[in-house]
Amino acid sequence: MRPEPATDRFSWARLHALGPIAGLVLLCIAGTLLNPEFATLDNAMNVLTRTAFIGIIAVGMCFVIISGGIDLSVGSMAALIAGAVILAMNALGEAGWGGTTVVAVGMGFALLLGALFGLAHGLLITRGRIEPFIVTLGTLGIFRAYLTYFSNGGAITLENSLADAYSPVFYGSVLGVPAPVWVFALVALVGALILNRTAYGRYVQAIGSNEQVARYAAVDVDRIKVLTYMLLGVCVGIATLLYVPRLGSASPTTGILWELEAIAAVIVGGTALKGGAGSITGTVVGAVLLSVISNILNLTSIISVYLNAAVQGFVIVVVAFLQRRRR
Amino acid sequence: MTVRSTRRLIIATAALALAAPSAVWAQNKVSLGVAIPAATHGFTGGIVWWANEAKKELEKAHPDLKITIKTAANAGEQANQLQDLVSATKINALVVFPFESAALTKPVAQVKSKGVYVTVVDRGLTDTSAQDAYVAGDNTAFGKIPADYLAKALGGKGNIVALRGIATTLDNERMDAFNSVMKNHPDIKLLDAKYGNWNRDDAYKVMQDYLTRFKQIDAVWAADDDMAVGVLKAIDQAKRSDIRIVFGGAGAKGMVKTLMDGKDPRIQADVSYSPKFIYDAIKLTAEARLKGEKLPPTTIIPSVLITKDNAKSFYFPDSPF
Repeated sequence: MRPEPATDRFSWARLHALGPIAGLVLLCIAGTLLNPEFATLDNAMNVLTRTAFIGIIAVGMCFVIISGGIDLSVGSMAALIAGAVILAMNALGEAGWGGTTVVAVGMGFALLLGALFGLAHGLLITRGRIEPFIVTLGTLGIFRAYLTYFSNGGAITLENSLADAYSPVFYGSVLGVPAPVWVFALVALVGALILNRTAYGRYVQAIGSNEQVARYAAVDVDRIKVLTYMLLGVCVGIATLLYVPRLGSASPTTGILWELEAIAAVIVGGTALKGGAGSITGTVVGAVLLSVISNILNLTSIISVYLNAAVQGFVIVVVAFLQRRRR
Repeated sequence: MTVRSTRRLIIATAALALAAPSAVWAQNKVSLGVAIPAATHGFTGGIVWWANEAKKELEKAHPDLKITIKTAANAGEQANQLQDLVSATKINALVVFPFESAALTKPVAQVKSKGVYVTVVDRGLTDTSAQDAYVAGDNTAFGKIPADYLAKALGGKGNIVALRGIATTLDNERMDAFNSVMKNHPDIKLLDAKYGNWNRDDAYKVMQDYLTRFKQIDAVWAADDDMAVGVLKAIDQAKRSDIRIVFGGAGAKGMVKTLMDGKDPRIQADVSYSPKFIYDAIKLTAEARLKGEKLPPTTIIPSVLITKDNAKSFYFPDSPF
C-alpha cells in the first residue's frame, strides 16, 4: 500500500467524524422545509424525550461494542425490568407504603436488576467463555418469555395512585426541558468522561482493539468485560425507570427491537462494530438521528406509509457511508 | 470457538426436541387439536387465555373430549405443530388460527387430507377447500361501526386522525370499511392514517406528532384499545382540549372498565372484536363433532358497538386482555 501524507489522512478523519452530524443537520433542514412545525421547540423536546430511552441504552451499548462485544437482549431486558418493577411497586403499594417511597424503591430496583442481568451476561461471557452474541440471544428470549409469563400475554399496569406519584419522573421538566432529556444528557456526559478520561475507558478500548495484547499488558480483561456489561445493564435500568411512568404499563411488545435501534445508533454514530474505537458524541447524534427520521415521516404524508421503514433504511446506509473509515 | 458453540447449540436443540412430550389420546372419541399464535401481545394473550378456558370447561363437560393446545411463535413453527398434532397426538378435529393465510394453506390442507375435521379461525386460507368451517370476527364492522359512530357524534363535520395496526389484509379491510363510510360525509376530513403497530408506545409517538402537526383535531380513531392508551397519554401530555372523542377497538378489559365507570369523557364507545371467538370456535367445533355433526361453512362472530349501557356484558376481569 502506498503511504499517504499525514495531513491528508488527518483531514479525512475529521470529515468522517462529522458524517453523522452532517446527516442530522441535513435531515433537520429537510424536516423544516417539509413542515415548519418541525423546527418548533415543542417538537424538538418531543423528539429528544423519546430518544432518551434508546439514547441512554446506546451509551451503554457503545462501551460494549467498543470492547468487542454485543448485547442483543437490551429490549427484552428493559421489558422484563419494567414488568418486574411495576409488580414490585404494586405489591409495596398494597402493603401500605407511601407513594414517594415506593417510587424511590422501584427506581432503585430497576437499577439493581439491570446491574444483575449485566453481571450474569458478563460472567457467562468471560467465565463461561460463550460468545456474547449467543449468550444475549439466549437471554433475549428468556427475558421476554418471563415478562409474557408474568403478564399472561396481556399488560402489567401500575396502580393509579402510584402512577400519579411516579409520573413527574417522565412528564416533569426543569427549566423548560423535560426530565428524561436531562437524564439522557447526564448519562451521555458521564459516559464520555468514563470512556475518555479514566483508566477503565482506555482498557475498554484496548481490549476491543486487541484482546491478547491487552492481556499481555496486564489488563484484567475479564473484570473489565464484566464491568462493561454491568454498565450497559445499569443504562437499561435507567432507561426503564424513565419508561415506566410514561404509560405506566409493560406488555410483551414493550421494548421490541430496541436492541437493533441501540446498535444502529452506535454504529451510525461512527463506532466500529468490530470494536476498538468509538465515540459517545457520535452515539448520541446517531440516536437522535434515528428518531428524527420517524418524526419527520409522521409530520408529513408525502411518502406512502408502506415505505416508512425503507426511508429509515436509506438514511442509515447513507449516513454510514458518510462516516465510513478508511481501511 | 464459534464452530464448537454452534455444534453444542445443535445438540442441545435436538435433545430438547426429543424430550418434548408426545402424548397419545387415541382412546377418546374426539381429540381436538388447537393451533394458535403464542401470546406476544394483548390480543394474542387473550386468544391463549380463552383457548385454555374452553379446554377447561369443555373437557369437564364432555369426558369423551380431549383438547390439545399448541402455541406457535411463527408460521413455520405452526406448520410443524400441525404435523405433530396429526402424527403424534392423533387428532380427528382441528381448530386453527393461522399465523398467515398463504403460508398455512398447504399445511392445513395436508391435515384435512388425513380425514381431520378442520375449523379455521379469523384469518381465512387462500384456498377455502382446505377447511370444513370458518369462524371469524367481523373486520368490516370493526371499521364501519366506529366510522358511523364518529360521523354521527361529530354531526357530520370535523377533523379525524386515524391509527392503523400492522400492514395486513385484516388491517386493510378495517381501513377500507372506515373510508367507505367517510365517503358519505364530505365535511369530515381524515387528516392522516399512520401505522402504530397495535402497540402503546408507537401509538404514543404517532399521536404526539399528529398533535404537533394538526392544530385542530376533533376525534381520533385509534382502531385498537392498546393504541388508544398511548393516544390518551399523548393528548394529556400536550394538554390539548380540542379532541372530543377517542375511539379504540376490540374491547380490552381496561377500556371496557373505563367505559363502564365513565372515567374519561373522551371514551364514549368501543367496538367489540374479542379474542373470545377462539372460545366460540372451539366450543362449536367440539360440540358438533361429539354429535357427529358439521358446522355451517362460515360463522361470523359479529362486532358490535359497546357503550356504557351494554359494557357489562363485555367485561371479563380475569382475562389478560
